Amino acid sequence: MSKFTKIAFNKGELNTQLSQLFSDMLENNAVDAVLAPMAQPKKGVMQTLVTSKENLASMDPFAPVMPVNSAKLVSSLTSTPSGKRIAMVLRSCEVRALVELVKLKQANLEDTLLIGMDCHGRYENTDFLKFQTKEGTSEGFLEGALNGKTESDGFDVAGACKICEYPEAPNVDIRLCTIGSGNGTLYLEAVTEKGEEALTKAGTKFADGPGGRADAVKKLAAARAEARDAVFASYREETGDFNALDDKLSACINCYNCRVACPVCYCKECVFVTDTFRHKGEQFINWANSKGTLKMPTDTSFYHLTRITHIAAFCVGCGQCTSACPNDIDVMPIFRTSAEKVQARFEYLAGRSVDEPQPLSVFDSDELMEVTGQVK
Amino acid sequence: MSEFEPKIVSFFCNWCTFTAADLAGTSRLSYPPNIKIIRVMCSGMVDPKYVLKAFLNGADGVLIGGCWPGDCHYINGNLKARRRVALLTELLSQYGIGPDRLWLRWIAASEGTMLKEVADEMTAKLKELGPSPLNKTAAKVA
Ligand code: SF4
Ligand code: SF4
Ligand code: FES
Repeated sequence: MSKFTKIAFNKGELNTQLSQLFSDMLENNAVDAVLAPMAQPKKGVMQTLVTSKENLASMDPFAPVMPVNSAKLVSSLTSTPSGKRIAMVLRSCEVRALVELVKLKQANLEDTLLIGMDCHGRYENTDFLKFQTKEGTSEGFLEGALNGKTESDGFDVAGACKICEYPEAPNVDIRLCTIGSGNGTLYLEAVTEKGEEALTKAGTKFADGPGGRADAVKKLAAARAEARDAVFASYREETGDFNALDDKLSACINCYNCRVACPVCYCKECVFVTDTFRHKGEQFINWANSKGTLKMPTDTSFYHLTRITHIAAFCVGCGQCTSACPNDIDVMPIFRTSAEKVQARFEYLAGRSVDEPQPLSVFDSDELMEVTGQVK
Repeated sequence: MSEFEPKIVSFFCNWCTFTAADLAGTSRLSYPPNIKIIRVMCSGMVDPKYVLKAFLNGADGVLIGGCWPGDCHYINGNLKARRRVALLTELLSQYGIGPDRLWLRWIAASEGTMLKEVADEMTAKLKELGPSPLNKTAAKVA
């Protein structure tokens, strides 16, 4: 049922046109607020919540940076509903994580208008600042990305983005389409009725969509899936036992940044910071005795493995865990490889649908018979 | 060199498998001492962390015993346990702890004989497999 409208922009006008669109939405009461990436006064681009059309000028949704996975921000905005309708501009991994949070009852989609932007990847936060210093612009980035080049001098998009097989955001009301749109062109796609209604209120007239889009999305997704398989295969080969996992995590200082950054690490209080893990001095001595050596801080693999048991069904591959690590440990493949196995085992795909029950929330007496191999 | 004796950390449900172990004892059915029993109120309360911790501390195997589907005292704790074991198997296999080392079995209170059979079978299997790669003490002896 998708309907499209074309926005052609001259150099330097992409963000002006987008600001105009959202301003029309606010003005015509299609929504009450907008959450979108906006340039900050001095530097950086952050998600910003705006309720009046005068404050939309610094919009820059295609800036290649994602300081946090916004699913968490949407959780803060909606778990106690404000009663205000909010348009939210999100990337694919943010929407997919949000779908999982909705099912965990940590977010609510009732008053949201989800706007998914095609994603060509993001730079690491510090690389993005370099990109800005060198006068890099979102339009310039898009133009390069559409020609297969995301590299800037000395850095490229995050490893997670290179292997993300979902360049197009699922489960949204509206899409900002750049893939297959051609240079200097953006298409708005009304995916749901809610999306169509909002765009109509903002004065949009619908016409033909971009001809080659479906194929272009497929092609990009296939290339990234291939890259993903290669990364997974080499991770699995390099890290086939617990010693290799320990080696991979040897610089880990148990700061837990990776779980703070992870949009789907859902516990309100992490057990690893509770009394359960505040051991007595004697306990450490005993461990050192029995194990020969005791790396401190302790319980590092235990923490990461436990995190896997919690998030494996929900991991969307956003790579925020790797980005958050102060010691440059590339933890994303640890989580994504297990997630792939676990999601396949339960025929589940994180972010695919709000209606599909999460694997550990349902169970049946006639399933997984191979686990015990017993028949009565 | 003495034969390798696997350590099997066993979480037995109070209402069925633990009672079965008791029955095996009173019926003088001897089962191997490799089974180290931890009594839990239901197989559904075996947090994946317990299993991880057992393996990280060098257990050669983990055996979870619960009531048959339909018989769980808490209605469906055993079905939750089964999903968790499936998840753990996917995770642990990557790091060399295969499904041969993590067992879930339904053993009812009256099935003392089955308890003995499962214990024998798992002990034999683990002897054949050798110590867990995380079992540092066995590695030292070998
Ligand atoms: S584990 Fe890492 S890649 Fe997966 S959802 Fe969490 S932060 Fe993103
Ligand atoms: S962010 Fe890095 S150092 Fe901190 S807990 Fe995670 S892996 Fe360890
Ligand atoms: S009470 Fe025995 S498995 Fe739940």
